Amino acid sequence: MRGNVFEAKVKADGGMELLRLLVERLGHGAEAPAEAKVPDLTAAGPEGRAARTALALREATAAGDWALLDHPMLALEVAGSPAYLEPDAVVVHPDGTWTVVEIKSFPMVDGSADAAKVGAAARQSAVYVLALERIAAVTEGAEVGHQVLLVCPKDFSNLPTASVVDVRKQRAVTDRQLTRLTRVEDIAAALPEGTTFDPDRSPEELGTAVEAVPAAYAPECLAACELAFHCRAKARAEGAVESLGRSVRGELGGLTTVAGVLAAAAGKEGDPADPTVAALRRAAALRAEALAGVGGGVACR
Amino acid sequence: MSLISTLARLEAVDSGRAQPLATVRHRHLTDRPLVLVPLTTAGEAGAPLGALVGTDRAAPRLLAVPQPRDRDLRFAFLAELAEAVLPHIEAYADAVEPAERNEVDPGTGKKVKVEVELCADAAQLIVPSRAGIDFVRLLGRSMRFRRTVEDDPDTPFPAPARVPLLGRWLTHYGERARVPGSSLLLAATDLVNRHWATGQSSLEDQHLGALLAWVDPPGGSGAEAALRAELERDRDGQLICPPAGPATDPAFDNKLLAPAIERYDRARSALGAAEDGLDADTRLGELSGAEREIRSLLAGVLLPTWDAVWRGLDLLRELPEGTRAQDRWTRDRWSFTGHRDRVLAGEPPQPRRDDAVTAAQKLASRETAQAQLDAQEALDDPLVLAGRRLAGEAFVGEVTEVEMAYSESKRPSPRPLVTVRTEERPHLGERTKVYRSLDGDPVRSQTAEFVAYATGETEDGEEAVGLVLRIMDRMGRGKEPAPGSVPEPGDRIAWTLFEHDQRGGPKLPDPEDTPWTHGGPPGAVGPGTAERPDPVTPEDLL
Repeated sequence: MRGNVFEAKVKADGGMELLRLLVERLGHGAEAPAEAKVPDLTAAGPEGRAARTALALREATAAGDWALLDHPMLALEVAGSPAYLEPDAVVVHPDGTWTVVEIKSFPMVDGSADAAKVGAAARQSAVYVLALERIAAVTEGAEVGHQVLLVCPKDFSNLPTASVVDVRKQRAVTDRQLTRLTRVEDIAAALPEGTTFDPDRSPEELGTAVEAVPAAYAPECLAACELAFHCRAKARAEGAVESLGRSVRGELGGLTTVAGVLAAAAGKEGDPADPTVAALRRAAALRAEALAGVGGGVACR
Repeated sequence: MSLISTLARLEAVDSGRAQPLATVRHRHLTDRPLVLVPLTTAGEAGAPLGALVGTDRAAPRLLAVPQPRDRDLRFAFLAELAEAVLPHIEAYADAVEPAERNEVDPGTGKKVKVEVELCADAAQLIVPSRAGIDFVRLLGRSMRFRRTVEDDPDTPFPAPARVPLLGRWLTHYGERARVPGSSLLLAATDLVNRHWATGQSSLEDQHLGALLAWVDPPGGSGAEAALRAELERDRDGQLICPPAGPATDPAFDNKLLAPAIERYDRARSALGAAEDGLDADTRLGELSGAEREIRSLLAGVLLPTWDAVWRGLDLLRELPEGTRAQDRWTRDRWSFTGHRDRVLAGEPPQPRRDDAVTAAQKLASRETAQAQLDAQEALDDPLVLAGRRLAGEAFVGEVTEVEMAYSESKRPSPRPLVTVRTEERPHLGERTKVYRSLDGDPVRSQTAEFVAYATGETEDGEEAVGLVLRIMDRMGRGKEPAPGSVPEPGDRIAWTLFEHDQRGGPKLPDPEDTPWTHGGPPGAVGPGTAERPDPVTPEDLL
């Protein structure tokens, strides 16, 4: 609720406050513009809006003036199918630079905000930058700025303040991930014939359908995905060590199940020449010795 | 996470119960900790919604903000919080004992001992989760620059009298919580996580209810109990075990809290519009009814967390306190006393940002505290030492041979060579120093130098390494070492590669002596740069 009120406040008055903040942080001492064009981006359907946005970006760049695109629609191909994205705003500079503006409602207290939230905002903006680059590639004189403007409430007030976030790294990471993603068609081809995720189906049918898709669960999924609990239950039932965290998986080398690790540590399985198995056995022995020592054995002297 | 604690987690998965990560309690707990369970308003980033606070688990004090967007109600909440917290802190601030401190005499430049007061104990604050610590810090930041009517009669929205003082104390507690091993402000989840490994990830361990279910399941499997604590909802879709906060569950916000706040708002505007006294009386009744409803809703989601924090404390009290935890608590007492003295001396509140010198000092002291904590925990607890042994930073071995030797100076002093047999593989290089503690003395330790690996000698076919160590100190002043100061064959001794008493690097120069290159921008410190209060706007959050 407060987020919407805050965003409206930032964009009020034809976006003058927003442009003032932008010029202040990114303008290298330039004066804030007296006015900016705010093109109308309404159109039917996401495809229509995306096309309208691309057109508005081209026009604004050709005009060589300040323009503020309020909630533009961008298209980006993800795993072979189009995804539509809606940044809070994109500003076109007179020199043809496009800057992504991200408006968030978490406060920036004394010039610093929650690092996790800023990181999430940076990753989100990087996707917008990537989508804009697709349009900029076919627009003459256009360039997408790799510095995005993060606008947050200042301290404990509702007054906006802004900070420039460099998203080059996040952009590169996302770009690489996007090129490596398995295409949706390939995933679909691997599924049994007739698999559907239609919400009207019975829970059993849906359960089987979801089971058919492999998932690499990690605890981080819990914060991001509605299906995380399902994948977690599956990972736990399989005894996958990833359910304890990604780092755990890295520590245990080729051992992937809880039972396997414990058996190796107890000396029942595994090759003693394997450094992971050897380390596990030493760890188990040291741990057992320390715990046995509590009951009157030799403790540290 | 070290391999040994990963192993503990896997054992917990296998057994369905949390496994010990420590055999002693590594944090000091006072007899009367003040527990604070705060709640914030969803979507209002930081606006307090309510809290339970108190030192008696049977009698928590409930504070509630019926309309979190109302500044007066927020101030009333903060004033009540100050009333609940400050007397507790002040009770500790008044009980002092004499102590000595080394200070440099400004006249002579020599070190002298000064008689000072040290608080006999310090007020301890416990919150449910790490997010609670952040919230304490945020509350502190929002309050410490507020002006009261006494400070400035013209201030547009004066804060209640003791609110800025509470802000300073909470800021101090929030800062102190960043020092490794300090116990002034603790999160219950951190406390439990330090001492037990559960069969879930560290992310899921932030849920206090699930965490306690692993450690002390109410019958049966901890894994199942944790799952119930995490997900189980009643018929109205409300969580049986509400999140430890400060954030609330969205289902609670939407289904119960939002309608109750709306009823409160309606009752309040109706009271404002009341036409005569009789009408106003009924309306006032409705308003207090609406307020009672919000209070009981908040109590409903706060009480389970309140009980969980106390249960966590009970579990921890079952462990004996580590010997050296007391030493760290003494540092906490010094920190508490220092802040008390700054408040008494009328110093201004902590600045928004530390200047370069203060920041460097804080960092250095935290690094020292971390090194100290690592060493002390390992010395207090064989299970922590096991982790260091696995990492090659310590080893336990049996003394097989002692050979007298002397230093080659004019007045030869004893430098006995001790052969230790161990199956471990410590990271030893030429003349690497190793340490052992002497007769359980927590502070004194004896140093030895690694000389060489002993050759041959494998009894009963077991693979064992002999290490020759040269004992360097703590043997008295005579030609013959003092009795008991040299290990004897058959002794089983734990040696560490880290020093037992960690001292920080060289002391940083005073601000006056810091070169301008390292002192931050000129004019950043000194009088005339006192922090201004935050400007007040009609829509403040806190």
